[in-house]
Amino acid sequence: MLQLTKAVYAAIRAHGEETYPHECCGALLGRPAPGGWSIEASVKAGNTRTDSAHNRYQIAPAALVKIEREARGRGLSIGGFYHSHPDHPAQWSPTDFAEAHWLGCSYIITAVAQGKATVTNSFLLAGATEEDKHFEPETIEVVESAESLLAESVSKNA
Amino acid sequence: MTIYIPTPLRPYAAGKDSLEVSAGTVHAALDELTKVFPDLRKHLFTEEGKLRAFVNVYLNDEDVRYLPAKEATTVSAADTLSIVPSIAGGRR
Repeated sequence: MLQLTKAVYAAIRAHGEETYPHECCGALLGRPAPGGWSIEASVKAGNTRTDSAHNRYQIAPAALVKIEREARGRGLSIGGFYHSHPDHPAQWSPTDFAEAHWLGCSYIITAVAQGKATVTNSFLLAGATEEDKHFEPETIEVVESAESLLAESVSKNA
Repeated sequence: MTIYIPTPLRPYAAGKDSLEVSAGTVHAALDELTKVFPDLRKHLFTEEGKLRAFVNVYLNDEDVRYLPAKEATTVSAADTLSIVPSIAGGRR
Protein backbone atom coordinates (compact mmCIF):
# COMPACT_ATOMS: atom_id res chain seq x y z
CA MET A 1 0.00 0.00 0.00
CA LEU A 2 1.15 3.50 -0.80
CA GLN A 3 0.12 6.28 1.55
CA LEU A 4 -0.10 9.83 0.26
CA THR A 5 -1.21 12.97 1.97
CA LYS A 6 -4.23 14.68 0.48
CA ALA A 7 -1.98 17.58 -0.57
CA VAL A 8 0.45 15.33 -2.44
CA TYR A 9 -2.37 13.48 -4.19
CA ALA A 10 -3.90 16.77 -5.32
CA ALA A 11 -0.54 18.23 -6.36
CA ILE A 12 0.51 15.38 -8.63
CA ARG A 13 -2.88 15.28 -10.34
CA ALA A 14 -2.86 19.05 -10.81
CA HIS A 15 0.65 18.81 -12.29
CA GLY A 16 -0.67 16.40 -14.92
CA GLU A 17 -3.39 18.87 -15.84
CA GLU A 18 -0.91 21.78 -15.98
CA THR A 19 1.42 20.09 -18.45
CA TYR A 20 -1.31 18.50 -20.61
CA PRO A 21 -0.96 17.50 -23.47
CA HIS A 22 2.57 16.75 -22.33
CA GLU A 23 3.57 14.27 -19.67
CA CYS A 24 4.44 15.68 -16.26
CA CYS A 25 6.91 14.06 -13.89
CA GLY A 26 8.24 14.42 -10.40
CA ALA A 27 9.52 12.69 -7.29
CA LEU A 28 7.80 11.48 -4.15
CA LEU A 29 9.49 12.07 -0.80
CA GLY A 30 8.65 10.11 2.29
CA ARG A 31 9.56 7.31 4.63
CA PRO A 32 9.40 3.55 4.39
CA ALA A 33 6.41 2.09 6.21
CA PRO A 34 5.17 -1.45 6.74
CA GLY A 35 4.01 -2.67 3.33
CA GLY A 36 5.04 0.35 1.29
CA TRP A 37 5.94 4.02 1.39
CA SER A 38 4.36 6.89 3.28
CA ILE A 39 4.74 9.95 1.09
CA GLU A 40 4.48 13.42 2.57
CA ALA A 41 5.89 15.62 -0.19
CA SER A 42 6.17 15.72 -3.94
CA VAL A 43 8.68 17.63 -6.01
CA LYS A 44 7.92 18.71 -9.56
CA ALA A 45 10.58 18.02 -12.14
CA GLY A 46 10.98 19.25 -15.67
CA ASN A 47 10.37 16.75 -18.45
CA THR A 48 13.61 16.72 -20.42
CA ARG A 49 12.05 14.70 -23.28
CA THR A 50 11.10 17.86 -25.12
CA ASP A 51 11.42 15.95 -28.40
CA SER A 52 8.46 13.72 -27.49
CA ALA A 53 6.91 15.16 -24.35
CA HIS A 54 3.41 14.00 -25.24
CA ASN A 55 4.34 10.34 -24.73
CA ARG A 56 7.71 10.26 -22.96
CA TYR A 57 9.21 11.67 -19.81
CA GLN A 58 12.65 11.85 -18.30
CA ILE A 59 13.98 13.55 -15.21
CA ALA A 60 17.51 14.92 -15.63
CA PRO A 61 19.94 13.08 -13.33
CA ALA A 62 21.28 16.46 -12.18
CA ALA A 63 17.76 17.36 -11.05
CA LEU A 64 17.55 14.05 -9.19
CA VAL A 65 20.78 14.85 -7.35
CA LYS A 66 19.19 18.12 -6.18
CA ILE A 67 15.93 16.38 -5.24
CA GLU A 68 17.86 13.81 -3.19
CA ARG A 69 19.70 16.64 -1.46
CA GLU A 70 16.38 18.28 -0.63
CA ALA A 71 14.99 14.99 0.67
CA ARG A 72 18.00 14.49 2.94
CA GLY A 73 17.62 18.03 4.24
CA ARG A 74 14.04 17.23 5.23
CA GLY A 75 14.90 13.87 6.78
CA LEU A 76 13.08 12.06 3.97
CA SER A 77 13.99 9.68 1.15
CA ILE A 78 12.91 9.39 -2.46
CA GLY A 79 10.20 6.75 -2.24
CA GLY A 80 8.99 6.92 -5.80
CA PHE A 81 8.11 8.98 -8.82
CA TYR A 82 5.02 10.12 -10.63
CA HIS A 83 4.13 10.95 -14.18
CA SER A 84 1.05 11.43 -16.31
CA HIS A 85 -0.35 9.67 -19.36
CA PRO A 86 -2.16 12.28 -21.47
CA ASP A 87 -5.23 10.72 -23.12
CA HIS A 88 -4.04 7.25 -22.18
CA PRO A 89 -4.90 4.83 -19.36
CA ALA A 90 -3.13 4.98 -15.99
CA GLN A 91 -1.33 1.72 -16.64
CA TRP A 92 2.39 1.19 -17.00
CA SER A 93 3.69 0.83 -20.53
CA PRO A 94 6.58 -1.26 -21.86
CA THR A 95 8.63 1.96 -21.88
CA ASP A 96 7.73 2.66 -18.24
CA PHE A 97 8.88 -0.82 -17.33
CA ALA A 98 12.08 -0.82 -19.36
CA GLU A 99 13.12 2.54 -17.89
CA ALA A 100 12.18 1.73 -14.27
CA HIS A 101 15.26 1.11 -12.14
CA TRP A 102 14.30 2.24 -8.62
CA LEU A 103 13.59 -1.16 -7.08
CA GLY A 104 11.38 -0.99 -4.01
CA CYS A 105 9.96 2.38 -5.04
CA SER A 106 6.47 3.39 -6.15
CA TYR A 107 5.65 4.62 -9.64
CA ILE A 108 2.43 6.61 -9.81
CA ILE A 109 0.67 7.19 -13.12
CA THR A 110 -2.24 9.60 -13.59
CA ALA A 111 -4.39 9.43 -16.69
CA VAL A 112 -5.25 12.91 -17.97
CA ALA A 113 -8.18 12.91 -20.39
CA GLN A 114 -8.72 16.08 -22.41
CA GLY A 115 -6.83 18.05 -19.79
CA LYS A 116 -8.63 16.61 -16.77
CA ALA A 117 -6.97 14.18 -14.33
CA THR A 118 -9.01 10.99 -14.09
CA VAL A 119 -7.57 7.74 -12.72
CA THR A 120 -4.42 7.65 -10.58
CA ASN A 121 -2.75 4.27 -10.06
CA SER A 122 0.43 3.21 -8.32
CA PHE A 123 2.79 0.35 -9.09
CA LEU A 124 5.55 -0.90 -6.83
CA LEU A 125 8.74 -1.86 -8.67
CA ALA A 126 9.33 -5.19 -6.96
CA GLY A 127 12.16 -7.68 -7.32
CA ALA A 128 15.69 -7.99 -6.04
CA THR A 129 17.59 -7.24 -9.22
CA GLU A 130 17.24 -5.52 -12.57
CA GLU A 131 16.81 -8.95 -14.14
CA ASP A 132 13.82 -10.04 -12.04
CA LYS A 133 12.10 -6.68 -11.54
CA HIS A 134 8.36 -6.45 -12.03
CA PHE A 135 5.58 -3.98 -11.37
CA GLU A 136 2.98 -4.85 -8.74
CA PRO A 137 -0.22 -2.78 -8.54
CA GLU A 138 -0.59 -1.25 -5.09
CA THR A 139 -3.48 0.40 -3.30
CA ILE A 140 -3.24 4.14 -2.75
CA GLU A 141 -4.46 5.39 0.60
CA VAL A 142 -4.96 9.14 0.81
CA VAL A 143 -4.65 10.52 4.32
CA GLU A 144 -5.54 13.97 5.61
CA SER A 145 -2.07 15.14 6.63
CA ALA A 146 1.49 14.01 7.34
CA GLU A 147 0.51 13.33 10.96
CA SER A 148 -1.82 10.57 9.75
CA LEU A 149 0.88 8.69 7.81
CA LEU A 150 1.66 5.18 8.97
CA ALA A 151 5.42 5.78 9.06
CA GLU A 152 4.87 8.75 11.34
CA SER A 153 2.75 6.80 13.79
CA VAL A 154 5.21 3.89 13.74
CA SER A 155 8.12 6.15 14.57
CA LYS A 156 6.16 7.85 17.32
CA ASN A 157 5.34 4.49 18.89
CA ALA A 158 8.85 3.10 18.48
CA MET B 1 34.41 11.89 1.00
CA THR B 2 30.76 11.05 1.29
CA ILE B 3 29.03 8.64 -1.08
CA TYR B 4 25.24 8.95 -1.12
CA ILE B 5 23.39 5.70 -1.68
CA PRO B 6 19.98 5.92 -3.38
CA THR B 7 16.86 4.29 -1.93
CA PRO B 8 16.85 1.15 -4.16
CA LEU B 9 20.44 0.25 -3.25
CA ARG B 10 20.15 0.70 0.51
CA PRO B 11 18.99 -2.88 1.13
CA TYR B 12 22.40 -3.96 -0.22
CA ALA B 13 24.26 -1.45 1.93
CA ALA B 14 23.00 -2.44 5.37
CA GLY B 15 20.21 0.11 5.04
CA LYS B 16 22.63 3.04 5.01
CA ASP B 17 21.97 6.18 2.98
CA SER B 18 25.63 7.23 2.85
CA LEU B 19 29.14 6.05 3.47
CA GLU B 20 32.29 7.98 4.30
CA VAL B 21 35.33 6.70 2.41
CA SER B 22 38.94 7.76 1.97
CA ALA B 23 39.79 7.63 -1.70
CA GLY B 24 41.90 9.51 -4.24
CA THR B 25 39.67 9.11 -7.27
CA VAL B 26 36.05 8.46 -8.16
CA HIS B 27 36.98 4.93 -9.21
CA ALA B 28 38.74 4.25 -5.92
CA ALA B 29 35.76 5.61 -3.99
CA LEU B 30 33.35 3.28 -5.81
CA ASP B 31 35.79 0.44 -5.30
CA GLU B 32 35.86 1.15 -1.58
CA LEU B 33 32.06 1.29 -1.48
CA THR B 34 31.73 -2.15 -3.09
CA LYS B 35 34.43 -3.57 -0.81
CA VAL B 36 32.41 -2.49 2.21
CA PHE B 37 29.14 -3.62 0.62
CA PRO B 38 29.98 -6.36 -1.92
CA ASP B 39 26.30 -6.94 -2.74
CA LEU B 40 26.21 -3.51 -4.37
CA ARG B 41 28.62 -4.53 -7.11
CA LYS B 42 26.13 -6.37 -9.33
CA HIS B 43 23.69 -3.48 -9.04
CA LEU B 44 26.27 -0.88 -10.07
CA PHE B 45 28.49 -2.66 -12.57
CA THR B 46 28.13 -5.00 -15.54
CA GLU B 47 29.99 -8.30 -15.59
CA GLU B 48 32.67 -6.47 -17.59
CA GLY B 49 33.12 -4.03 -14.72
CA LYS B 50 31.54 -1.03 -16.46
CA LEU B 51 28.96 1.13 -14.71
CA ARG B 52 25.50 -0.01 -15.75
CA ALA B 53 24.01 2.27 -18.39
CA PHE B 54 21.18 3.46 -16.14
CA VAL B 55 23.43 4.25 -13.19
CA ASN B 56 24.51 7.88 -13.07
CA VAL B 57 27.33 8.95 -10.78
CA TYR B 58 27.65 12.60 -9.88
CA LEU B 59 30.72 14.16 -8.31
CA ASN B 60 29.13 17.07 -6.45
CA ASP B 61 26.95 18.48 -9.29
CA GLU B 62 28.93 17.07 -12.22
CA ASP B 63 28.14 13.91 -14.17
CA VAL B 64 31.28 11.78 -13.94
CA ARG B 65 30.75 10.52 -17.51
CA TYR B 66 31.33 14.06 -18.78
CA LEU B 67 34.36 14.91 -16.66
CA PRO B 68 37.60 14.90 -18.71
CA ALA B 69 39.19 12.18 -16.58
CA LYS B 70 35.87 10.41 -15.93
CA GLU B 71 36.25 7.85 -13.12
CA ALA B 72 39.95 8.70 -12.78
CA THR B 73 38.98 12.22 -11.60
CA THR B 74 40.68 13.04 -8.33
CA VAL B 75 38.51 13.73 -5.30
CA SER B 76 38.98 15.40 -1.95
CA ALA B 77 37.51 14.74 1.49
CA ALA B 78 34.95 17.52 1.05
CA ASP B 79 33.54 16.09 -2.19
CA THR B 80 30.34 14.13 -2.44
CA LEU B 81 29.51 11.32 -4.81
CA SER B 82 25.84 10.67 -5.61
CA ILE B 83 24.67 7.46 -7.23
CA VAL B 84 21.46 8.15 -9.12
CA PRO B 85 19.63 5.52 -11.17
CA SER B 86 17.91 7.10 -14.14
CA ILE B 87 14.21 7.96 -14.26
CA ALA B 88 12.28 7.90 -17.50
CA GLY B 89 9.28 6.32 -19.20
CA GLY B 90 6.14 7.31 -20.98
CA ARG B 91 2.95 5.97 -22.40
CA ARG B 92 4.68 4.46 -25.43
